[in-house]
Amino acid sequence: MTASAVLFWGLGAAQALLLLAMALAAWRMIRGPRAQDRVLGLDTLYLNAMLLILVQGMRSGVGLYFEAALIIGMLGFTATVALAKFLMRGEVIE
Amino acid sequence: MNTPSDLPLWAAWAIVVVTLCGSLLALSGSLGLVVLKRFYERVHAPTLGATLGMAMIVIASVTFWSLSEGRLALKDLLIGVFLTVTTPVTLILLARAAVYRDRVEGNDDAPSE
Repeated sequence: MTASAVLFWGLGAAQALLLLAMALAAWRMIRGPRAQDRVLGLDTLYLNAMLLILVQGMRSGVGLYFEAALIIGMLGFTATVALAKFLMRGEVIE
Repeated sequence: MNTPSDLPLWAAWAIVVVTLCGSLLALSGSLGLVVLKRFYERVHAPTLGATLGMAMIVIASVTFWSLSEGRLALKDLLIGVFLTVTTPVTLILLARAAVYRDRVEGNDDAPSE
């Protein structure tokens, strides 16, 4: 096997695992049962999506995916903090 | 810049193995999110993927870009540093919000003082 074939199939398998992880997190986000479970599911979903995009950057050899992963990580952090604040206080900015 | 096919074979295998291990960790974290019964148990599960799983994929990415660009490409460590700083903050805020809600509603699930 050549190096590019190893990278193509191996990283593809890693992406399949991360997609499965995203599906499980989405299941928790949809099923609940409570709001904090949904926020936790959304946080995990963000994280797995960021890792998936990072792996896609390696698989395709395009450097731009790094910026997308960084932005998703930052937005995920902000979203989860805002949602946790909302669960605690009922409003985000007091 | 070289194309990815110019990587040596051993480097390709190393990158693939480390990435697969990181993905498996992220998957087991998400599996814990589904399998575990209580919220206070579930809040621990995603940290598997957020710490070691993320670190392994970031290390594989740094190796990949350093070898394919022929210079030290450390920009991917930014994601690692950022996630390491933010993950405990988000989870502690979420857990405190959950404790607050459980106490206000008088659920037995909330941990005692």
